[in-house]
Order: sequence, then structure tokens, then C-alpha cells
Amino acid sequence: MRQMCLRAAAGLLSGLFLTTGAVAQVESEDPIKLTLHDWSGQLINTRIMGRVLQEAGYNVEYVQADYLAQFAGLKTGDLHLAVEIWETTGREAMDEAIATGQVVNVGATGLEAIEEWWYPLYMKERCPGLPDWEALKDCAEEFATPETAPSGRYLGGPVTWGGFDEERVEALDLDFVVVHAGTDAALFAELESAYQRQAPIILWIYVPHWSTSRYEGEFVEFPPYTPECYTDPSVGVNPDAAYDCGKPRGPIWKVAWAGLQEKWPGAYAIVEAYTISNDEMSAMVADVDLEGKDIEAVVDAWMAANEDRWRAWIGE
Amino acid sequence: MHHRRRRALGWLALAAATLVLAFTDKDWLEAAGFDWAVDYPSRWELPLAKAVSGAMAWLLEDAAIGSVGFTDVTRGIAWAIEQPYRLALALLSTGFGGGATGGAVVPALSWLAVTAGVAALGHYARDWLLAAIVGACFLYLALFGQWESAMVTLASVLIAVPIGAGGGLVLGILAYRHPRFDRALVPVLDLMQTIPIFAYLVPVLFLFGFGPVSALVATVIYAMPPMVRVTTLALRSVDPEIRDFGVMAGCTRGQMTWRILVPSARESLMLGVNQVIMLSLNMVIIASMIGAGGLGFDVLTSLRRLDIGGGFEAGIAIVVLAVAIDRLSQALARRRPAATRQTRPPSILLRYPRSAIVLAIVIATALAGELAPALHAFPADWEVTTGAFWNDAISYINVRFFDDLEAVKLFILTWLLLPIRQFLLGLPWPWAMLLVALIAWKAGGWRLAAGCLAMAAFILVTGMWEKAMITVYLCGAAVLLAMVIGFPIGLLAGISPAASRAIGVVLDTLQTLPSFVYLIPVVMLFRVGDFTALVAIVLYALAPIVRYTAHGLRSVSPELIEAGVVAGCTRGQILLRIRLPLALPEILLGINQTIMLAISMVVITALVGTRDLGQEVYIALTKADTGRGIVAGLAVAFIAIIADRIVTAGARRARLRFSAGVTV
Repeated sequence: MRQMCLRAAAGLLSGLFLTTGAVAQVESEDPIKLTLHDWSGQLINTRIMGRVLQEAGYNVEYVQADYLAQFAGLKTGDLHLAVEIWETTGREAMDEAIATGQVVNVGATGLEAIEEWWYPLYMKERCPGLPDWEALKDCAEEFATPETAPSGRYLGGPVTWGGFDEERVEALDLDFVVVHAGTDAALFAELESAYQRQAPIILWIYVPHWSTSRYEGEFVEFPPYTPECYTDPSVGVNPDAAYDCGKPRGPIWKVAWAGLQEKWPGAYAIVEAYTISNDEMSAMVADVDLEGKDIEAVVDAWMAANEDRWRAWIGE
Repeated sequence: MHHRRRRALGWLALAAATLVLAFTDKDWLEAAGFDWAVDYPSRWELPLAKAVSGAMAWLLEDAAIGSVGFTDVTRGIAWAIEQPYRLALALLSTGFGGGATGGAVVPALSWLAVTAGVAALGHYARDWLLAAIVGACFLYLALFGQWESAMVTLASVLIAVPIGAGGGLVLGILAYRHPRFDRALVPVLDLMQTIPIFAYLVPVLFLFGFGPVSALVATVIYAMPPMVRVTTLALRSVDPEIRDFGVMAGCTRGQMTWRILVPSARESLMLGVNQVIMLSLNMVIIASMIGAGGLGFDVLTSLRRLDIGGGFEAGIAIVVLAVAIDRLSQALARRRPAATRQTRPPSILLRYPRSAIVLAIVIATALAGELAPALHAFPADWEVTTGAFWNDAISYINVRFFDDLEAVKLFILTWLLLPIRQFLLGLPWPWAMLLVALIAWKAGGWRLAAGCLAMAAFILVTGMWEKAMITVYLCGAAVLLAMVIGFPIGLLAGISPAASRAIGVVLDTLQTLPSFVYLIPVVMLFRVGDFTALVAIVLYALAPIVRYTAHGLRSVSPELIEAGVVAGCTRGQILLRIRLPLALPEILLGINQTIMLAISMVVITALVGTRDLGQEVYIALTKADTGRGIVAGLAVAFIAIIADRIVTAGARRARLRFSAGVTV
């Protein structure tokens, strides 16, 4: 009787999560908890991962969590899997978490992050030498606002993203003032506002992101990044300063709680196998953010179109 | 008289010296070997942040009573809170049993059933009008496609509010009974209300686990203090005759509390409940960042893809939900039991007609949901949206008026913001601390001066001085502007009841609408920077100065006004010579509240890129650095407390002086 009650209670509880009944034999029926953040690409990525795990018979639960605060949960095992940790913005937090031994990097998602100075295409008429970075030396004033004139104004990401733009401006002798947006939303609000008025703007953009589908523009071409450029002043255009090059590009990682492999070895193998490309992702993000399609519908379409791929990940 | 003039001259000289010191360059100080007075040397800083982080780590890993670890206790509490939350969530949103793809075994309540339920509750609590109002609120949620998220938010509010209100009531009663406990509690409450929530989010996450429960705990910490304060105050102001009656009737202590004091203080207590509800809904956005989901999450996702209209609609849904819950709870508290019926209706259905109808709808929609899904889930094609309208409106203003707005912004930047900033950052810290101590001493004596000095010293030795000055500058400018704008509006509302009603609606909306919703359009119109932060703070902090000014003017006793009329005062004279001076204590209270709200917005403005303590707290949050967050949070709290104590003490003196003047 007691057993039955317990099981009924467990069933009731698991029903309250977004779960599916297990189909195949899995190591544990406890739900694997995936984190959701507040940008569409990550939501799509996570939902696809969740659907593949469900197809393999695992129970899955989605938890909304802050991008960086989630590491606290991944360390304790409250959360199990984060599918989008960007090399460019999450490296520090990820390394710190991995160093505790409670979090592991399960490999790259196949997505490549690019982060760089970006301008709308109409700015090319006012500063014809672009996208070459040296053009910025002569037309900094084209990017000025009343507060920064005669220097140009470059809108950087939130302080927490790092990015070394103050150092870059100094090292490359660009006449720009670096202003930090507090959040990603504020960053794109400024872009939208300037784009509507065809007003001057140059700012930090990253891909994969919907903005490059919505606005026409280009990345500035800085001297390419090398690790030495950041650490050794003598390397690069300016012999006396580090950071005289562009920003690093890098993979987007899948990161998991260290106990995942032990508790759900099969699921771990699927997570390891899972990959997706920049082009696929950009198309799906544009469908959601620009066409207004439902995330569920976009994920359904991907699942239907790529059945061979995900069946191979499951090992069928 | 001579004495007074000399003292005034002294203050004037002090002010002049301060101005000179702040605006001249300080090379001579550095040359004279006083460079430590210009910039506080980092080698004198105390590593408090590290100590707090260390204490936290100990609490998490080692603290234990016997074999029960501290985290086991907090995780146990989390589990206990999670159970009712899961139940409420299942009832309102996910359904029981089954899962997302399999479909729930027992479905959640349908939108028809919930709407009918709250309407019936409205009718039970007051009348058909209230039923119509709350029913309309919930219909709005369905019609604008916010139903699913609103129910998730409602579920967490349904758990947070009883815990906040109940816990607050119990603490308040304890404080009322034991003065010593009260004295210990007051500073704790001050900190709970003034430490920005971002600062303790990380420890809460560590202790209570990742997910909705942590969000609930953070919400309760933030929303409970007003309930405690209101309870203590309300119990103290219960008519002594009622208490004597209780004593004469031979009540025990428990009876006295629960049967006599609490019921007689019901009206005031409801004010506390109202505050708990409002503050809980205020927290919705921040809670959604750590796993609460619901409407707050919708606001965040919409704004991240610059869907301003979508964010606005989700934000308005939060306001609508707040209005419905607030009106219902107010009516329930005021409800007088109907006179007992003479004849008992024969059937149980007739005795409880409302419950019967709602139950019938619940069952009918649950069963019929299989055949006609519209009865259960609101059909997507019936939903309307005004999102495009808001997007177009903002884009129109942006294209059309950006240059004019830019001119206004530049004017305020040059003539208000930059001078204040330069002044505060230019002041050497020993001089600034001396000023704080002097002002505090003048307003409230040496004890206040010592307290304020200690708090300022904390900010200094933790190395937060410069960031604190930027915070003071932003909030100070915002409070000045809020007073300039809010005071005339308050006057208008105090004089004209019709204007008062219209202004009240706007203020309610401004206070419940998550500030993030208007922050993004403000960024579009004014770019990232201090001015944008200023606009956001002013919008949020405007309400109290308006409300308290209006309230103060209205509550001047009619006899005094009549006396003025008899004495032949004109309307202008009555306003200036009678109503305003008498309303002064209320107005000062309003200024005090405006300061508090302005400081509480500091963390939100970090989201548009300020460089103050708010940013420090925010950075600590994203780096999960407990110590750094708590220390910066305490610095914010101390600024708020210093301002509060000085203004309150000043208000008390003003009142004393005024009543002395009247008797003479």
C-alpha cells in the first residue's frame, strides 16, 4: 500500500513537470534538467536537445535560469545541462566551474560565435574605407554624438562581457569613446533607434543572432586575433601595446553537471553527439524573431527534417 | 537673534568652503602630502567581500548542527515550499499526472472556470461590480494571449503572498509583545527593504536550489517588511478601551491577540497585505531571471528581441493581475458577514449557490475540453494584440522627435547632472564625511551623527566610495527632478478630486509596470547613459511625492480652513499659508519615500549601463560572487538608511518647531 502511494505521489509530481513517459529503457527516470535563457537561439537549441533526449526515452524538465547564475545550479546538481555556453562570454565562468570538478564541458555544439565591432551599411557611404579598421582612424567624427564629439562613440556590450575595447581603442590609436550598454536589450534598442533614423552608430554585435538578419551591415575587419596579440605587446600592429587586434571567435559549448555521465550515461552520449550549424540556427532564429513563428513549430520542423541525424545520435 | 545670525553665517561659510573644495583642482592637496584624502588608498581597504564569501562557503559546506547540515535545513524548507507551489501550478497551469506530450490525466482548470471562480469570489466579497471588474481583468489576460504565463505568475503569487503576509503578521505580533525583539528587528527590516535583491540572489540560489522556490524566497524577503511594520503599528494603535474590555472579559494572551487585537486592527493590516501583493508582483521580473517563469519571463524575452509591444503587453498583464488581486483582497477584508438567514435553504446547492455554479463550470469545462478545446484553453485565433501599435508609436516618436529630445537631454546634462557629478566626485572624502556627520548632528543629535558616520565609514573602507558618490549623484538628481515634477502634480491632485482619480491610475500603473518595460523605449530615445537612468528613476520614484503631497493637503482639518475663510483669506492664501504648512510633515514623508524608491531603482539602472553601486551588485550577481554582492548591497542600503534617518529627523524637528510656532 505504502509503495503504491509513493508511486502515485511520484507520478503526480513528475506530471507537474514537462515530462514524457519513458518509452525505451533508460538508466534513470528522473528528469534531466535543461536550462532556458532569454534569447531565442538558446531556447531553440535547448528544445531540440530536449526533444532528442525525450525520443531516446529520457524524462526532461526545462528550468528558466540566468546565463551566468546557472553555474551555481550546475555545480550543485540542481541543474544538469546548459547547451549554449559561449566561448566569448562564458569562458571565465565555465572555467571557474570546471575547476571545482563539479561541472564538465561536453564539447562544442558546432555553432561558432563571432563578436566584433559592427556598423549598418549606410555608414559605409559616410566612411568609404570600411570595413577595413584603418578607415575608422579618419572618420571617427562621423560616429560622434554631442556628448563625445569630436571623438566617435562606440557602444560596447555590458561590462560583464569583457571584450577589452578600451584597450583596443588605445592600442590601435582610434579616436573613439567606449560606452557600455548595461544589457543586451539596451544594446539592440540603440541599434534599432539609430537604424530607424539612419543615424550614425557602431557597436558590439555577436552572431548567431537575429540582428544580422534584420539589419544590413558588416563587421569591421581588425587585424585577426591571436592569443599572443592579447598577451604580448610586441606582437601586432602596435609594438608597444597588447589588444591591437580583433576579438577572438570561438565555439559555443555544451556544459553539464559532472554527475550527468554517471547517472544517465546514454543521455550523456547523446549530448556529446549533438551538433548543429550556424546556418541552421540563424534560419530558425530568424523564423522565430522576425517571422513571429512559434518556437515549438520551428523545433517540430527541424525534428521532422533531420530525423536521420538525430536517430544516429540516439544510436538507432 | 544675534546668536542665530552668527550660526547662519557659520553654515554659509561651510557651504562656500565645500563648493570651493569640490570645484577647484586638488593638486595642492596632493603636493602637501594629502593625496590619501583625494583618493582613498586601496591598501587601506578591508577585504570584507572575501570574508563574506568565506563565511558563505562555510555555511554551505561545513555548518551543521550534529549531523544535520545547514544546507539540509534550507533544502528541507525549499521542499516544503515547493509542494504547495507545485499543487497551485498544476491546478492553474499544467494539470495533474501525464506530461507535455502525453497530456495531463486531470487537466488544469480551464480559463472559463478560473474567470468564473474569481468573478464569484468578487461577488461574494462585495457585489456584482467587483465581480465584473475582476472577471474583466482575467478576460483581458485570456484575450491578449497572456493566459498561460499569467497563471504561472499567479501560482507563485498565491504562495508568496500568504507566506509574506502570514510571516509578517507573526513577526509583527512578536515585535508588539516584546519591545526588545522589536528593537532588534527594526534594523533588519531596514536592510531587507534597502539591500537590492540582486545582492542576495546568489546566496539564496546556493541555499534553496535553482528554481521557482528560490525566486519565491527572494520575493518573500523583499515583500514582507511592510507587513511587519504595519502589524506592529496597527496593534499599537488599537483603541485602549477595546484592550481594557478584553482584559475585563478575562481573555488569555492568545485570545487577546487573535480575537481582539488582530480583528480590530483588520483595516490597517489589510494595508500591509496590499503592500505585500504589490511588492511580490514587483519582483516578478527578477524572479523570472532565476527560474520563476511566467509573465516576467515574457517581458524579458520580448525585450531581448526588441518586441517592445510584446513586452508592454506582458507588463500590462502584470498590472492587471495586480489590480484584480488587490481589489479582491481589499474587498474580502472589509466584508461584513451577512445577517444570518432565518430559513435554511433545503438543499446544499441552494445554500452555496456561487460555489455550486463555479464547481459546475469547472467540471463541465474539464469534461467538455476533450470535445471543444475552446472551452478549456482560450483559442489562439480569438486573441488580439496591440503590439504593432506600440512598436509603431515608439518608432514614430523616435524618427520625428529625436533631435528635440536630444536638445532637452543636453540641457539637463549640462546644467544639472554634470555639475552635481563634478561636485560629489570632487569632494575629498574626509570633508564629505565631516559634512554628513554635521548635517546628521544638526538634524538629530550626536547619536544619529555617530551612526551615519559609521555607515559612511563602511562604504569608505570597503573601497566603494567613488561608486557610492555616483549612486548619490544619480539618485540625488532624480529626487530633485521628481520633486520639481511631482510637487505641482500633487498640489493639483490635492485640490481637485477628479484630477486626483486620473493621476492615481497613472501612478498605480507606473509603480506596478515592471520598469524594464519602459527602460528599453527610453534607451531608444535617449541612448545608453546617465540621462536614461535618470529618466527611469524619476518615472519610478515620482509616485510618493505626488501621493503624499495630495494626501497632506486633503487631510488638513476643515475647521482650520474655515477659520482662514472667516479671516478673509483668498484661495491662494489658504493654500500657501494654511494648507501647505500644515501638510509639511506629509510632504517630507513623501520626499523620504521618493528617496527610498530612487535608491531601490539603482540596480535596475545598471541594466542600461551606469557605473555605480548598482552595476557593482549586478556584476557580482553575474559572477556569482556572494561577498562582492553583499558588500555592494550593504553600501546601497547604508546610503538609503543615512538619507532616511536624516530626512526623518529633520521632519520631526520641523514638526516640533511648527507646533511650537502655532502655540505661540
